[in-house]
Amino acid sequence: MSGNMTINLKIWRQTGDKGAFETIKVPNVSPDMSFLEMLDEANELLMKQNTEPFAFDHDCREGICGMCSLVINGVPHGPDYAITTCQLHMRSFKDGDIIVVEPWRASAFPIIKDCVVDRTAFDRIIAAGGFISVNTGSAQDANNIPVPKVDADKSFDAAACIGCGACVAACKNASAMLFVAAKVSHLALLPQGKVERTKRVLNMVEQMDKEGFGNCTNLYECEAACPKEISVDNIARMNREYLGANIMHDEVIRTAKL
Amino acid sequence: MQETLDRIPEIREEFYKNVNVLGSGNDFNKNLEHAMRVADYLDFAPLMAEDALHREESCGGHFREEHQTEDHEAKRDDENFSYVAAWEYKGKNAKHELHKEELTFENVELSTRSYK
Repeated sequence: MSGNMTINLKIWRQTGDKGAFETIKVPNVSPDMSFLEMLDEANELLMKQNTEPFAFDHDCREGICGMCSLVINGVPHGPDYAITTCQLHMRSFKDGDIIVVEPWRASAFPIIKDCVVDRTAFDRIIAAGGFISVNTGSAQDANNIPVPKVDADKSFDAAACIGCGACVAACKNASAMLFVAAKVSHLALLPQGKVERTKRVLNMVEQMDKEGFGNCTNLYECEAACPKEISVDNIARMNREYLGANIMHDEVIRTAKL
Repeated sequence: MQETLDRIPEIREEFYKNVNVLGSGNDFNKNLEHAMRVADYLDFAPLMAEDALHREESCGGHFREEHQTEDHEAKRDDENFSYVAAWEYKGKNAKHELHKEELTFENVELSTRSYK
């Protein structure tokens, strides 16, 4: 696919501790190309010049896996609303535009190479409590457990989180509150999740703090950048859950290992 | 398919001689990862061609033009090919050794599914 746009890319390159911006001029860009396809073209140019191509994360390229993670012109996932980087297309830009591409900036997400960051902090938070404990074997009939539709809907919306980390990248404090709140809410709203809700919120918040994410100061940049439109209402819910868990009288539940 | 089998060692030689992998081996390197995947494909390709050549029937996704029914469906040869072909690696560019894992069905009779 080729077209007649020329894009001036300023991309962040980093190997080891120090990095810097590099400029590449990418010709023949079609407005129908996706942003990542344009980056692929830029990489082809680099390869032809025998220079190491630019590393960036991607997987499904369909908007659902949570891997692609670029801050484009200062906004995580770029200028268009409620989409991931892979779903951003070049028609959002004009011929001759200068586009600045950076990784997710957060000390809890160390840079591995160029724009690839280490997001295993999120995995550790989920491992700390983002699950329910059940004896598996034959599943019981799901309809045996009544769930209010309102709760099911809110839980579903919270469950839409793909764990990309755009919320952290958008936040001035690099807080992971939206991500943790989405998981805590998703499970706290459902009967299966209520069983361990006390310990879950305490453990997940503790892990979040250990990882070095910042604190929430209600800026709501996270909600604005989220490709799945996760609401900050979830943060409010998690704050209530956290408060409730802390004043929970039952010592056994509060201090037991999950 | 015989042609394919003959061409593969050539392609493999050329790949190993001429591949240009940018970046270093000491660092996160996607280009190296991709090159190694292609190397794996090239190792696997002669086996796929060998297996396809030896199985003289059409079965599932394996279709030989000369083994089809009148309405162009796959024609199996259960008498001769009712087995799983497990191939043993015998070295680069050497032919693989076939180990047949026979498929015998005691309680169910082998029949042909109709897609009509």
